[in-house]
Amino acid sequence: MMRSLSYWSITTTVIALLLGIPACVIVANIFVPAGDVWRHLVDTVLQDYVTNSLLLMVGVTIGSLFLGVISAWLVTMLEFPGRRLFEWALLLPMAIPAYIIAYTYTGMLDFAGPVQTSLRELTGWGYGEYWFPEIRSIEGAAIMLALVLYPYVYLMARAAFISQSLCVLDVSRSLGNGPWRTFFNVALPLARPAIAAGLSLVLMETLADYGTVQYFGISTFTTGIFRTWYGLDNAPAAAQLATILLMFVLVLLTLERYSRRRARYHYTSRRHQEIHRIQLQGWHKPMASLFCFGTVLLGFLLPAGQLTLWAIDTAGAMLNSKFFTLVMHSLELASLAALLTLCVSLVLGYGRRLEPGPTVNIAVRAAGMGYAVPGTVIAIGVIIPFGWLDNTIDGWMRAQFGVSTGLLLSGSMAGLLFAYLVRFMAVSLNAVETGLGRITPSMDEAARSMGYPPRHIMGKVHIPMLKGSLLTAILLVFVDVLKELPATLILRPFNFNTLAVRAYELASDERLADSASASLAIVMAGILPVILLSRSIAQSRHHDAT
Amino acid sequence: MSKSKVYLIALSMGVVFFSSITTAAEVNLYSARKEALIQPLLEKFTAETGIEVNLITGKADALLKRITSEGVNSPADVLLTTDAGRLHRAKAAKVTLSFRSKKLEAAIPASYRDPEGHWYGLSLRSRPILYVKGKVEPSELSTYEALADARWKRRICIRSSNNIYNQSLVASLIAADGEAKTMAWAKGLVANFARRPKGGDRDQIKAAAAGQCDIAIANTYYLAGMFASKDPAQRAAAKKMGVFWPNQKGPNQLGRGAHVNISGAALIRFSKNKESAIKLVEFLASKASQKWYAETNGEYPVRPDVETTALLRSWGTYKADDLNLSKLGELNPKAVMLMDRAGWK
Repeated sequence: MMRSLSYWSITTTVIALLLGIPACVIVANIFVPAGDVWRHLVDTVLQDYVTNSLLLMVGVTIGSLFLGVISAWLVTMLEFPGRRLFEWALLLPMAIPAYIIAYTYTGMLDFAGPVQTSLRELTGWGYGEYWFPEIRSIEGAAIMLALVLYPYVYLMARAAFISQSLCVLDVSRSLGNGPWRTFFNVALPLARPAIAAGLSLVLMETLADYGTVQYFGISTFTTGIFRTWYGLDNAPAAAQLATILLMFVLVLLTLERYSRRRARYHYTSRRHQEIHRIQLQGWHKPMASLFCFGTVLLGFLLPAGQLTLWAIDTAGAMLNSKFFTLVMHSLELASLAALLTLCVSLVLGYGRRLEPGPTVNIAVRAAGMGYAVPGTVIAIGVIIPFGWLDNTIDGWMRAQFGVSTGLLLSGSMAGLLFAYLVRFMAVSLNAVETGLGRITPSMDEAARSMGYPPRHIMGKVHIPMLKGSLLTAILLVFVDVLKELPATLILRPFNFNTLAVRAYELASDERLADSASASLAIVMAGILPVILLSRSIAQSRHHDAT
Repeated sequence: MSKSKVYLIALSMGVVFFSSITTAAEVNLYSARKEALIQPLLEKFTAETGIEVNLITGKADALLKRITSEGVNSPADVLLTTDAGRLHRAKAAKVTLSFRSKKLEAAIPASYRDPEGHWYGLSLRSRPILYVKGKVEPSELSTYEALADARWKRRICIRSSNNIYNQSLVASLIAADGEAKTMAWAKGLVANFARRPKGGDRDQIKAAAAGQCDIAIANTYYLAGMFASKDPAQRAAAKKMGVFWPNQKGPNQLGRGAHVNISGAALIRFSKNKESAIKLVEFLASKASQKWYAETNGEYPVRPDVETTALLRSWGTYKADDLNLSKLGELNPKAVMLMDRAGWK
């Protein structure tokens, strides 16, 4: 018994340490003198970086909570036309990479774009004679990010609403509270930890975003890191900026854990019934439909429609046998990475559950931080230790056997998969831990008192209860890897391209129409997992009830 | 103990086996040029020489980091970048290998290659002043320096200072006019911006054509790309623009010529396929390849003896700034700091 416990804690800590290597490589730069660049940064741009990053986070928080929580409540608790369709359609925006939605909306709404051009032609107005919302602003960036990231909040909030003990809601109703009152006074406070978990993913993505803010010309921490590295040619200072970003994330995660600390008390009762959805009346009905439709329209239909139009224009030149290879590469990478991440996050999740000491807690928390770190920064944190390891092994082998082993890990798939593991661990871990949180310790104790050894408890109790969460973890990482760009770009082996690489290369060359078929393929490949995800949540409700 | 040795021997034999697969002639290329803008040439090279080219693309600084981390074992033979500053950085990081080639020296003018043979330029990327025909008379334009004049208040579109071509442009001004003068110039230019910098070079051209500003600063191949676009709106926008070559005539530094940057190639110090690698660089500098740069991407060939396209010829000939391009790399950090202080977002 003791042995197996310490075994868990050692495994967990070692894995978490390995995952922490890239961050350590970056943080180690605080000891490297960066020259007088810091004084320059503080005097000129640092304040902008901090303010803009914070403003962006506030904007994305408001946007994604507004869209995610309301829509989750609507489709879970109320009955209105189109509800069943919206249940899964609301997840679709998740399939669109943030930088692609940004390119697409800019193409449509920019001063020189079709909307404003036809407006000018219709009215005869010229530049400066009318007001039109500026898409490439900090508000615009917040809206773009919220439109594609709110599904994380929606997903978590919906799962929470579904699993809320109906007794509580029934009591609320029997006390005469209407659906809105019940929502604000009972359901929302109860779902808060889940919503916070979703929001923390959204904010970490926001902090790591480079493509959108770079295109919109907004200086944030991420653009600052690259400006300092590429422009000022000062890699240590860039790494130090990245370290500050990591501190940001640490604070964010601590707040999130803090708000979640009482989560386990929420799931003490497993008594569920089929939800009796409230039938909306009169004008409330179309309003609910309209809200959901508007969200899907802006987050998915419009950008996907624009991409389709562009893709049709350029399909002839872009679709060939090479394109098919890109699709295969993307799918292979995404599935491999998703499975691997799931396995590791399961080990970490169990480690924390079985041996919740402070060391393990901190180790697991640190393992999830990669999600907020820009992919390029992680990639650098992978390249350096891998290169060192390869060259050390090579040097040793040469000395011992006169044989050169060359590069074993650098430039191989292993480096890339490791980077994904670091980058997306939080997503998977979040889902797994939420799932594990639902299995109360008393269930384990009950099973143990019935004489089941731990292994069997896993098969008989945990796996059936975890199924939904595991699927969520796999699918979320799958979609994330499909969209991932910067780490893929730097770490991939020779002659190995993915859809995201292709889409980015063309889009960043300002060939939006040419990039559309690759972008659209990413979206399409992401749709199926997203639909599966939605079905699994709907079914989890059903399973819980039986 | 003996078990681990057996394992190691098995491992090394496996490695020997795997590395023996790749003995056919090949070149490993790390390219900051996007795949679409180099792959067709590489395919031609393979067809002509039988040498396979393995490619990865990415940001130049990231590729450079990859090479330095991979160290002596790096598979990289050639590094392609899209600006001179990065070639200079690669040389400064001591990962490049100096080499001489009669073919390259005959083809490429001295100002577009490293004096010590560490890198060779392959195409020119010029950054002139683009103006809206009818709104601006070419006679009103003269130099980059004059764009800071108050007459251009709220009339200039240019992208963010994050962009390497703006950084290089400012570096070239620092080289010509000194830091203090360039600082005053940058402040004046920022005051003349029609809008907060955002988007890419094409965006600036589109904004100018749509009436948001009268002058756009952009690399010419973006304008060429818009002429070649399938989108009629882009073609219409491109037709509204005129190309003005600044700093052509005049006293002292002001007549130094229009700002150009290069895309170029460097041989990597750890290269295991040096011969093939040099062949590849020579191929990229050949007349046929140089013509391809002009025809496919609207860049200016680095060789003076290659015919460009009708579109490029319609913009006229120009004198290019003959500043040693290594300077652009050296002055880049200074340029970025200067733009930070001038409030150029």
